[in-house]
Amino acid sequence: MLADKDRIFTNLYGFQSWQLDAARVRGDWDDTKALIGRGHDAIIEEMKASGLRGRGGAGFPTGLKWSFMPKESKDGRPSFLVINADESEPGSCKDREIIRHDPHKLIEGALIAGYAMRARAAYIYIRGEYIREAEVLQAAIDEAYEAGLIGKNASGSGYDFDVFMHRGAGAYICGEETAMLESLEGKKGQPRLKPPFPAGAGLYGCPTTVNNVESIAVVPTILRRGAAWFSSFGRENNKGTKLYQISGHVERPCVVEEEMGVTFRELIETHCGGITGGWDNLLAVIPGGSSVPLVPAEQIIDAPMDFDGLKEVGSGLGTAAVIVMDKSTDIVEAISRISYFYKHESCGQCTPCREGTGWMWRMMERLRTGDAHIDEIDMLQQVTKQVEGHTICALGDAAAWPIQGLIRHFRPELERRIEEHNAKFAEAAE
Amino acid sequence: MPKVKVDGVEIEVPDGATVLQACELAGKEIPRFCYHERLSIAGNCRMCLVEVKPGPPKPQASCALPAAENQEIRTDSEMVKKAREGVMEFLLINHPLDCPICDQGGECDLQDQSVAYGRGGSRYHENKRAVTEKYMGPLIKTVMTRCIHCTRCVRFSEEIAGVDEIGAVGRGEDMQITTYLEQAAEHELSANVIDLCPVGALTSRPYAFEARPWELKKTLSIDVSDAVGANIRLDARGREVLRALPRINDDVNEEWLSDKGRYMVDGLTRRRLDRVWIRKAGKLQPASWDEAFKAIAKVKPQGSVAAIAGDLLDCETMFAAKKLVNALGSDLLEGRQTGLAYPVPSLAASAFNSTFAGIETADAILIVGSNVRWEAPLVNVRLRKAAKKGAKVFIVGPYWDPTYPAEFLGDDAAILHDLPAHVTEALAKAERPAVILGGAGLAAGAFDAALALDVQRDGWNGFNVLHFSAARMGSLMLGYAQKGGLADVVKAEPKLVLALGSDEVDWSQFDQSLKVFIGHHGDKGAHAADIILPAAAYSEKDGTYVNTEGRVQFAEKAVFAPGDAREDWTILRALADALGVSVGFDSFEQLQSAMIAEVPALGEEGLADLGKLPKAGKGKAKGRIAAYPIKDFYLTNAIARASAVMQQCSAELLHGGEALEAAE
Repeated sequence: MLADKDRIFTNLYGFQSWQLDAARVRGDWDDTKALIGRGHDAIIEEMKASGLRGRGGAGFPTGLKWSFMPKESKDGRPSFLVINADESEPGSCKDREIIRHDPHKLIEGALIAGYAMRARAAYIYIRGEYIREAEVLQAAIDEAYEAGLIGKNASGSGYDFDVFMHRGAGAYICGEETAMLESLEGKKGQPRLKPPFPAGAGLYGCPTTVNNVESIAVVPTILRRGAAWFSSFGRENNKGTKLYQISGHVERPCVVEEEMGVTFRELIETHCGGITGGWDNLLAVIPGGSSVPLVPAEQIIDAPMDFDGLKEVGSGLGTAAVIVMDKSTDIVEAISRISYFYKHESCGQCTPCREGTGWMWRMMERLRTGDAHIDEIDMLQQVTKQVEGHTICALGDAAAWPIQGLIRHFRPELERRIEEHNAKFAEAAE
Repeated sequence: MPKVKVDGVEIEVPDGATVLQACELAGKEIPRFCYHERLSIAGNCRMCLVEVKPGPPKPQASCALPAAENQEIRTDSEMVKKAREGVMEFLLINHPLDCPICDQGGECDLQDQSVAYGRGGSRYHENKRAVTEKYMGPLIKTVMTRCIHCTRCVRFSEEIAGVDEIGAVGRGEDMQITTYLEQAAEHELSANVIDLCPVGALTSRPYAFEARPWELKKTLSIDVSDAVGANIRLDARGREVLRALPRINDDVNEEWLSDKGRYMVDGLTRRRLDRVWIRKAGKLQPASWDEAFKAIAKVKPQGSVAAIAGDLLDCETMFAAKKLVNALGSDLLEGRQTGLAYPVPSLAASAFNSTFAGIETADAILIVGSNVRWEAPLVNVRLRKAAKKGAKVFIVGPYWDPTYPAEFLGDDAAILHDLPAHVTEALAKAERPAVILGGAGLAAGAFDAALALDVQRDGWNGFNVLHFSAARMGSLMLGYAQKGGLADVVKAEPKLVLALGSDEVDWSQFDQSLKVFIGHHGDKGAHAADIILPAAAYSEKDGTYVNTEGRVQFAEKAVFAPGDAREDWTILRALADALGVSVGFDSFEQLQSAMIAEVPALGEEGLADLGKLPKAGKGKAKGRIAAYPIKDFYLTNAIARASAVMQQCSAELLHGGEALEAAE
């Protein structure tokens, strides 16, 4: 278990005030000037050394991402940092806790990260439904401006840096980085084709890095305590601490900061008071938010909860939104509901996702009641394969994977339903 | 120049080419729906997926992927075949199976490509999506259930037309293409989205359920609705032209066509003059050719005859008339029907010298008295491209919406003698400065002032006159210009006036003359005429046309003229006999060779050499440019005025507001 002294988010539960005074007591904004004084490249090197991988789900090394940004503007275009606070993944709720209880960590991180990548300003794109959180964040930004921490000569460092908050309008797809840029520019939130990547041509055609809230919020602490400290947690290639969000059939659902690579069993036992009805009652777990495949109980229990550990069981860490399902769950209905979500949130731009998500959901609805043919399980599997990897952004993959996971692990359940349903109608027909 | 391998064949492709273009260069067909050469890349249909190494182990959209050195591209692998089948299946699951009642049938990309790249059967057993009907105006018929969301129409309106008329609302499978608040698409190029639509979602409303493409006889022709000379194809069945479609010509119309050029063809069967008429006791009475010729001979027009050319004429007609007038001992020829009398010191001084393709590269443009959007919509598209590349545009004249940033310098034409400093500087500093002089500018006497502007550079002539009559350049080349314009003809009081489809003349000036109208529509000219000789419209005769650039183009005859109507040159030839003179030709071929002998440029398709620009004269531009000559874009010529579709467009798109007000 992570010791209290090693926690980055010391006000995760809001026991203290989020405001600047309290944040300063917790160590935020402590000589930020000195952190900036280390220089652009030193900060990026430190981040690379820390082994921090992006906390938004894809797990791309953060320091490396920053290093893609241009070192100087050859044509006068400014660079931008865009912070992805459009936390809409079902099961995911970590950014929300950061923003409402520890917003200054994020703002300070924005300044330092922005400075490191030579950005002119940071745009925080916050999920539209986070109304109170947006109010807190804006108030915190205002506080920081007032205290001279950001804005002209931010924190006395001589660097000018602005932070803007922008509220989304309720589209899941705007959490995709290029769709977010489109939305920020005032257009319809639809992912862009890549290349060009945002580091080359992003917001308003300028070099842009898009980072998750958590990735940015941990930056000041990593720099203060050193890359060595941060990388002392977790396994090779999966360093640091991470906010886990456990929901579903556990005694006490919670958001908790833990060491990367903590096993599922330890995570649940230590922080959530166990599975409802005991470990024998565990059916399956979706370990990283709705878009990763589910993992059946026997495989997940002792799996290390990090990028590589979950990849080994055919799933992924995603945002570490752990959805626990016990044996009372109608697993087919659960996945069908997820399919509905993706059908609802598909932007409609490219063909496989626009048409495929609807088809998959309708198939899932029939599989839920068993009103299908055995062959259609294979057909559904093929349809998911026709969507996966054929789309502009990853939403197509995200819609396909949960169903693939279901078919991989629960095919007998699907077949049972179909057989039962068909038997019922066979009887009625006689 | 990167080298890539396409299906094992190594080829070199130009820098900046995409993988799709590389495949095409290698002779491989890549199916596509959203990709279009003239629009931005959307990459959303996913039909063009190919396998590319190095790269991720999944198929890539070839339209959006730059070709890079040593790429290995496979278009024939199992992965690509599966990907295409998959995308095609997705496109078809919600596409209605209504091909038998769909106007796109036979020229439908989806139909063709599903045969070539789709799987044989359907595995989709759910309900298909239905989409509520949309209204996009009198020209575009919508069946949005068929839409495959390629967004070509959206990109066309935004990028080419420059208006935000069409867009997508909703998301996911509920995404729908619509016009803003379901208003009619009003842009004068709006109907091009019909050609762009790869399926039957946007089809032609006037042509709805008229014909199948394989029943139509296709004839190459030239659009006469303006002086751009857009290359078109006339599709006819029997004796009726059913539709006009643009042909690709990058120098002229790219692959677009104005709504007027496309939809005035229904006017070709309405209000036609199909018999001879003679005015007796103030009323037009049916008559025979013989009677008419005798009546004309009776006025003894020798030495006192004039020909006034209309706006839609081919060069052959004008040449034949010229020969007849000359043979009768006169050279009173004029084509500028409204009385314009700008000097024509050389043909170059009344042509669009920079060429349409060239104007795209101009970096400072001064427009004098031209509403380019109405006078030449296809040129405005070019100007928009230039402006997008950074050209500064200044306009003298009343406001119109150019669809690109432009500075209006006021209505006073005299400003040309005293241009504001920043305009002078922009023109002086420009590498390719251009001035575009429109009809209203010529009327305000701005000719010499515009000619005096220094818009010449090495290898660049930026002096442009933008006409809007298809016949104008041809008529000037054939000498249809009096020094004082039409006024000279009026002053001469000719006994006989040959009105060659000239519908824009104020005929009250010719009360003393015998007015013989040789034309195809019962419009203003015919109303004023004493004798009407029915002739052929542009679709009913072979002919040479010269556009405002001085580009000589040849159109072919698509259908026969109705009733007693004859091709114009035969009428003039017969008239020569009746008047007892010789014009020196007995066949169309002889007529053409005589014409080419006299004006060699007309014998060669392509840009004519119009000579050098003359020195500017001393004419002073003065007075307000109060309005532009075109009052109603949809009703500028006799064919358009006779067209029910054009009338509807005019009423709904231009005067819709007034109608609504009147109803209240």
